[in-house]
Amino acid sequence: MAEEFAVRMVDITKTFGHVKANDKVYLELRKGEILSLLGENGSGKTTLMNMLSGIYFPDSGRIYVNGKEVVIASPHDAYALGIGMVHQHFKLVDVLTAAENIELGLPGKAVVDRKAVAAKVRQICDRYGFSVDPDKKVYDMSVSEKQTLEIVKTLYRGADILILDEPTAVLTPQETEKLFAVMRNMRDDGKSIIIITHKLNEVLAISDRVTILRKGEYIGDMDTAKADARSLTDMMVGRTVTLNIRRDTPADPERRLEIRNLTVKDAEGVTRLDDISMDVYAGEILGVAGISGCGQKELLESIAGLQNTVSGSSVKYRPTGPDGPAEELIGQNPRTIAEKGVRLAFVPEDRLGMGLVANMTLVDNMMLKEYRAGKSPLVERKHPHDMARQIVRELEVVTPSIDTPVRKLSGGNVQKVLVGREIAMEPTVLMSAYAVRGLDINTSYTIYRLLNEQKRRGVAVIYVGEDLDVLLQLCDRIAVLCGGKLNAILDGRTATKEEVGYLMTSLRKKGELGA
Amino acid sequence: MNRHEPLIHIAKRDSIAWWRAWLVRLGAVVLALLTSALFIYALTRLNPVKVYGAMWEGAFGTPRRAWITARDTSILLCIGVGLAPAFMMRFWNVGAEGQVLMGGCATAAVLIYCGRSLSTPALLGLGLAASLMAGALWGIVPAVFKAKWNTNETLFTLMMNYIAIQLTCFFVTKWENPKGSNTVGIINQKTQAGWFPDLAGQQYLLNVLIVLAVTVCMFLYLKYTKQGYEISVVGQSENTARYAGISVRRVIVRTMAISGAVCGLSGFIAVAGASHTVSTSTAGGRGFTAIIVAWMSKFNTFVMILIALLLVFLEKGAIQIASQFHLNDYASNVVEGIILFFLLGSEFFIQYSVRFRSRRSEKEAEA
Repeated sequence: MAEEFAVRMVDITKTFGHVKANDKVYLELRKGEILSLLGENGSGKTTLMNMLSGIYFPDSGRIYVNGKEVVIASPHDAYALGIGMVHQHFKLVDVLTAAENIELGLPGKAVVDRKAVAAKVRQICDRYGFSVDPDKKVYDMSVSEKQTLEIVKTLYRGADILILDEPTAVLTPQETEKLFAVMRNMRDDGKSIIIITHKLNEVLAISDRVTILRKGEYIGDMDTAKADARSLTDMMVGRTVTLNIRRDTPADPERRLEIRNLTVKDAEGVTRLDDISMDVYAGEILGVAGISGCGQKELLESIAGLQNTVSGSSVKYRPTGPDGPAEELIGQNPRTIAEKGVRLAFVPEDRLGMGLVANMTLVDNMMLKEYRAGKSPLVERKHPHDMARQIVRELEVVTPSIDTPVRKLSGGNVQKVLVGREIAMEPTVLMSAYAVRGLDINTSYTIYRLLNEQKRRGVAVIYVGEDLDVLLQLCDRIAVLCGGKLNAILDGRTATKEEVGYLMTSLRKKGELGA
Repeated sequence: MNRHEPLIHIAKRDSIAWWRAWLVRLGAVVLALLTSALFIYALTRLNPVKVYGAMWEGAFGTPRRAWITARDTSILLCIGVGLAPAFMMRFWNVGAEGQVLMGGCATAAVLIYCGRSLSTPALLGLGLAASLMAGALWGIVPAVFKAKWNTNETLFTLMMNYIAIQLTCFFVTKWENPKGSNTVGIINQKTQAGWFPDLAGQQYLLNVLIVLAVTVCMFLYLKYTKQGYEISVVGQSENTARYAGISVRRVIVRTMAISGAVCGLSGFIAVAGASHTVSTSTAGGRGFTAIIVAWMSKFNTFVMILIALLLVFLEKGAIQIASQFHLNDYASNVVEGIILFFLLGSEFFIQYSVRFRSRRSEKEAEA
C-alpha cells in the first residue's frame, strides 16, 4: 500500500516566551513533489521546519512521516526518518574538507575511509548533477559550493525528505537556476523537497504546490499551476498591497558626492573595491546592485569614514553643487565628518551590531550620534527622549515603551528606529545598506516611502539593495558592482532585470564602460 | 498531551519585574541559611540559630567590631566600584589585586620617605596622588596593549598582578623595619604622620566617607556623563562605537586609567587609613573578591554596598564561629560557600523560567 504523504504535520504549536511562532499549523508534503513554504519574515516558516528536523520540539501537535506518527526529539531522530535540512546559515566546519564534513558525526571507525566517502559522494553528484570536490577545504569554497556540500551531506545520510531554508538568498541568478535544475532531478528521483522562500517568482518557477503561513498561522495551500503572483501575495500578506513603488523624476539634480579612484584593500591585502569613480546627485536615489560581498559595504563605509582606503582615493562632498566648495571625506572619521557640518546619514547592514546598541533603550540609541553636542560633561536626554517619542508615533513603531532595549523589538521596528534616527538628523546624504532585508512587505513600503521623501527634499540617497525588482522600480540610476569593480551605471527606468543580473556576474571588458 | 515531551522546559525570560527578581534573591538567601543550618547541625550538632547569632556577634557585636566591618566593607566596595567602569566596557580587568598593591606601595613610599618632612594633610594629599597614579599606571599598561595590538586583557591584567606582588615583596625587604622581621612594621607609629585622622572620634569614619563619595560619583559618572555613555557603547559594540565616531582606543585607555586609579585609591585607604603598613596581604585577595561584588550587583554601585557588606559579614562571622565553637576555619568557609552558591545560582532563575511537564499540562487542561 503506497502512502501518499511523505510528511504530515497536524496542529503544530510552538511558543517562544509570549510569541506564538506557530499556532496549530498544518502542513502536508506529498511524495515526489517540491513544496514551497511561503510567508513573510517572522511568519514561522523556519520554526516549523526546525521542528521537522529535530532542532526544536513542538509544544503540541502531531507529526506523521510516511503515514506513521513519529516523535522527532533531535536531528538524529530526523535523519533516522530520512529527513535532512539545509539551514540558511551553513553548519560546516571551515577547516575540514568536504569529505570530512560529510562523514562528521556519522558512526564509524576513527579513521575515515576517504576513498569510500569520495566514491559515494561522486555517485550522488553524478546522479543529480552536482559537482563537489571531496578534498577541498570548506574555507576555500564559495557560498554556492558550501550549499551544494550541505545538500550532498544530507543525501549522503540517506535523506529522502529534504528541507531547504531560503537556499537562493545567497545565490546569483545563474546559481539559482543550477540549484533548481538539481532540485528537479532529485524530485524526479522520488525525493520530496520543501523549499522555504519569500520570493514569489521562485515559488512559481520551482514548486509543484505551495503552503502559505501568515503570522504563525496556516493560511492554506494550492497547486502552483493554479496560482499567480497576485493571489499568492494576497494570501501571504492578508490583503492587497500595491506593488507599485512611487518614483518621481528628480527635480534638477546637482552633483553632491564626487567619488574618484576609490580603492580599498582588506587586512589580508585583497582588493575589495577597485578604482571606483562615480558621482552621486542630490535629489536622486542611486541604487547599488551586486552579489553580496562585491564591495558594497566598503563603498558605503569609505564614504562614512569607517574604512581605510588606498592613497589616491577621493570622495569630495559638495554641499552647494558642482561649483561650490568641496570637503574631502577620505581620511576623516565619522566624528570629524560630523564636526565639519556634513550631515551624512548611514543605515548600515548590521543594524543591531553597528547602527544601534542592542541592549540600550530607544532613547539612549537616539543620542548615539548627537550625545557629544554642547560643552557640558553630562549627557542631555531630553531631546533624545522627544525624538524617540516622535519616531515611535510617526513611524508606528511597535514597542512597549521608549525605555525598552531595542533588542526586544522585532526586526522591522528596529529598522524603523534606525532609519527614523538617521532621517531626523536632516541629512544631505543618506546611505542605506539592505534597508528592507528581513522586513515584511508593509514595513518595506514604509522604508521606500521614507527614502522617496528624502529624495524630494533634495537629499542624495544611496540605496544598496539585493532585490532587483525593487532596485529597478525605486532607483533613478543603478550602479552595478562586480567583484569590487564598477561594472556599469544604468538608468533605472530603462534597465532590465536580465541586464542587471548579467552585469552583476560578468565583468565587462575595458573600454566597454562608456556611459 | 504528548508523552514524549521532555520533563523540564527551560526558556529564557523576556523580562522580570525588579521586585520578583529581588524576591528570588531573598529566597535564595533563606534557602542558603536553611541548608547551612542543616549542614551545621549534621556535622557539629550545634544549634544553628546560636551559630548564626555568633556570626552576627562577630560582625556587629560591639561598636569596635561594627567599625572594623565597615572599614573592611568600604575597602572591598572601593575596589568593586573601581572595577565597574572596566566591566561596563566589557574589559575583563582581573588586575585589581595588583592595582591595589601598587596604590598601597605608593602610599607607603610617601609615608616612609616624607614622613618627617611633611605635615599629615600634605602627606595624605601626596599619598592620594601617588596611589591614584600608581593604580592608573597598572590599568593603563594592559589597556594600551589591548587598544593597539588587541592583546587579551584577562591574561595581561592577571600577569600584572604577579609583577605587583613581586614588587611589593621587593619593597617590603627594602623598607624592612625592624631589620630581620621581614615586614615593614607600622609606619610612623610614634608620630602617626600621614595616618587618616579621627573624625567625630571615629578612627574609620573617614575611610567610609571617602568610599561612599566615590561610590556616588561613580554611579553618576557611569549613568549621566558623556564618558559614561561612551563606556556603555564601547562595551556593547565596538562597531557601533566606531560608527558613532567614538575613538574606541581612547575610551579603553581612559576607562582603564580610571578603573586602575580607583583601585589604587583602595590601596591608599588600606595603608593610610587602616593597616598603616604594607605587605602582599594589603590586597589579600580582595582584588578578586571584588569581581564577585561588581558582577553580582550588575555594576550598580549602590547594590555593591549590599554585596560587599554581605561578603565581609560572612567573613567576620566565620572567624567568630571558628573561635567561639572551636570549629575549623573551613567549616565557616563552607557556610560562606553555600550562601554564595545559592546567590549566584538564583541568577539562573532570574534569567530563565523553568517549567515542569506536569504543571504545564495542568495549565493546558485549564485553558
